[in-house]
Amino acid sequence: MDIKLKIWRQKNATTKGRFEDYELSDVSPEMSFLEMLDYLNKQLIEEGKEPVTFEHDCREGICGTCGLYINGRPHGPQQHTTTCELHMRAFKDGDTIVVEPWRSKAFPIIKDLAVDRSAFDKIMQAGGFVNIATGSAPEANSIPINKKISDRAFDASVCIGCGACVAACKNSSAMLFVAAKVSQFALLPQGKVEAADRVQRMVEKMDELGFGFCSNTYACEFDCPKGISVEFIAQMNREFLSAKLCSHKGH
Amino acid sequence: MIKLDSKIPEGPIAEKWSKHKNSLRLVNPANKKKLEIIVVGTGLAGASAASSLGELGYNVKVFCFQDTPRRAHSVAAQGGINAAKNYKNDGDSVHRLFYDMVKGGDYRAREANVYRAAEVSNQVIDHYTALGVPFARDYGGALDNRSFGGVQVSRTFYAKGQTGQQCLLGTYSSLSRQIAKGRVKMYSRRDMLDVVVIDGKARGIITRNLITGEIERHGAHAVVLATGGYGTVFYLSTLALGSNATAAWSAHKKGALFANPSFIQIHPTSIPVLNDYQCKLTLMSESLRNDGRVWVPKEKGDKRHPNSITEEERDYYLERRYPAFGNLVPRDVASRAAKERCDAGYGVGDTGLSVYLDFKDSIAKQGQKAIQDKYGNLFEMYEKITGINPYNEPMRIYPAGHYTMGGLWVDYNLMTTIPGLYAIGESNFSDHGANRLGASSLMQCSGDGYFILPYTISDYLADDIRTPKTDTNHLEFERAEKEVKDRIDRLMAVNGTQTTSSFHKRLGKILWDHCGMFRNAEGLKKGRELLDQLEEEFWKEIKIPGTPDELNQELEKAIKVADFFEVGRLMIEDALARNESCGAHFREEYQTEQGEAKRDDANYAYVAAWEYHGHAKKPALHKEPLKFEFVELKERSYK
Repeated sequence: MDIKLKIWRQKNATTKGRFEDYELSDVSPEMSFLEMLDYLNKQLIEEGKEPVTFEHDCREGICGTCGLYINGRPHGPQQHTTTCELHMRAFKDGDTIVVEPWRSKAFPIIKDLAVDRSAFDKIMQAGGFVNIATGSAPEANSIPINKKISDRAFDASVCIGCGACVAACKNSSAMLFVAAKVSQFALLPQGKVEAADRVQRMVEKMDELGFGFCSNTYACEFDCPKGISVEFIAQMNREFLSAKLCSHKGH
Repeated sequence: MIKLDSKIPEGPIAEKWSKHKNSLRLVNPANKKKLEIIVVGTGLAGASAASSLGELGYNVKVFCFQDTPRRAHSVAAQGGINAAKNYKNDGDSVHRLFYDMVKGGDYRAREANVYRAAEVSNQVIDHYTALGVPFARDYGGALDNRSFGGVQVSRTFYAKGQTGQQCLLGTYSSLSRQIAKGRVKMYSRRDMLDVVVIDGKARGIITRNLITGEIERHGAHAVVLATGGYGTVFYLSTLALGSNATAAWSAHKKGALFANPSFIQIHPTSIPVLNDYQCKLTLMSESLRNDGRVWVPKEKGDKRHPNSITEEERDYYLERRYPAFGNLVPRDVASRAAKERCDAGYGVGDTGLSVYLDFKDSIAKQGQKAIQDKYGNLFEMYEKITGINPYNEPMRIYPAGHYTMGGLWVDYNLMTTIPGLYAIGESNFSDHGANRLGASSLMQCSGDGYFILPYTISDYLADDIRTPKTDTNHLEFERAEKEVKDRIDRLMAVNGTQTTSSFHKRLGKILWDHCGMFRNAEGLKKGRELLDQLEEEFWKEIKIPGTPDELNQELEKAIKVADFFEVGRLMIEDALARNESCGAHFREEYQTEQGEAKRDDANYAYVAAWEYHGHAKKPALHKEPLKFEFVELKERSYK
């Protein structure tokens, strides 16, 4: 296949970026999207040019490191697919592909297609955990959990923290990410004890870090590579409201 | 002269750890505040160690090369985590788990460490459950278990095919809690490039800030390496591309012995190579073999569509050769059997380098829904990568480089031969012998970090309560920093014509061909020659664009590949010195008439711990004899 690429190049956080055009021939449909970029970089390096910086690690859709805006969609055209699992067979010979980094104020650009997503860690540190010290856990089967509820907590837990939900949202909202974590812990008895406190702290932190509001366009669910449902946002809103109404925050 | 002292406690196996715990010295809480510990790596081992040490009151600094600890490669483990809970009433026990691991590791692991890993496994499951890890449950609300390769009981806890992700997110959450409390300071996007040894003790590390390129000094009273494995030495492997040997290798160069480097597990069920540009193989969980049947056509070169090959025309070779374990034989056995069939001309797919993993019978028996519930995400992943729907036709699989059983030599306290330097999880050698049984890595890594290291490290630190904070202006820090900078300058100065990846790919092929699934003396020597030549070329021809004082992914790769040459050389040395076959190490000269591994317990029941003597110089071999007091040494049979 012959492919044309328009890729966002930006030297660092303080320099202005621009699109650059590249042409690639002999692209195999069996290549993954990232292997296609490896192939481009090999050519650039051999020509004495700077390769394109992009982030990746496991290349099997689970670490959440990769994530590119491809033809106007996070992780590209296929639903429930991370960029590393997107294959060139999803494109046609002669296609022009536009590649950009995640665009969000809360995710500043580091270089080319790499952005800083540490805001997610800050939200997690605000309460995305169960307060249990090592060594003080009860026997695992001492707290039975209804299978349906446990499965639902699992559905929320599959978030890989890639940031596609933020990238997909016109308001750069992190609601789906936060909702997934809040719901997982609120559903399980282990996390329920401090659920009210947790949801308030995480939501507060999310707002503080510059993520936008949710306006229910569902773009996050549509572009989430793990298919996490917006129903969890509703669950989080319920948790948040009842926390605000019924409980006192803080330790 | 280094003398190996494994510090294995005396007494019956079941009492060793509890007795030892009672004898380990403690550090009082007021003094813990004055002590600093560095943890490198944030996978299951590193994140669990860092969070537990933080909880205890130490000042912890934790480092990872990723942007966040949640991305460590433990995230990719699929099938499960073992524990000896005996929830299934099938006779499981700590002793049986211990026995299976020692046997599965082909009697090349240290009994005392393995027993302890099995012993703390139940606490690990309790802790993860308490952290909110959503393990699979049955309808009564209790935790569910499944069986895994190499064992005959159901002791594996799982969360669909994402157990590693769920456990890692559990440890990441406990780590986040300590970061929020200020007990742990997180340094992400850092590569550890050297360990600093002052007066014979590990006192800090040198890192490169991957964003600014700055070379940084970090001091501490003790250093813990939880830096994973080096299976990426083969280039094509199931590991995340960032996995590397550099941190552990730098410790080796500073005096830590490196044990059993040639014991690299080949995983039997990876998606085969599909194109020339591939730099990564994707693992398909071994748990699939619970319901998938492995076969090849009975006729050589049968190119028909698998669905049109009838039952009579299929050779279910694992069930045929190993009737007692069938498709559930351990990884080394399954891997070799697949390669044997392909080499004999029965392989399938365009390249002939794959075999079928077929779910037809299970789908017919249990229904598609049941299979989907167990392995849904794996099936989806397979379809995304290959474009083939595995519900309709069999998967194609082939062995790939995976987990490293070799690693830094540690004593029973998990300390390396450098006082104050610890190695936990996959970066040490101690628990898996020559072959790792499925679902035992998450168990070992979590156990090391949560329930073993926090006890043993206090024994060392008890002597250090009066030692002031490490001065990073010390001459040794200066020296280590200079060495790191010189190496980077040397790499940048080559300015040749070839990319780092092209060298890595060629190096990987040399190691795979000559020190891979099958080895022989002649091939190993040939491999060593080819490796030397390629390394020489690397230092003349490597091209790294950009500068070292910015985000430079090519430089990051080059630093790692430069070390892989040295690791590869030691692997070959180790494989050559072991004139027997065991686990992942299969020397063609030493096999039974039936083509099974032939161990030599009289001469090789030892841990090979290598001492560094300089670049490309012959390393010194130290032997830690392995005593099997509680498990009888016998031929490993799965027939």
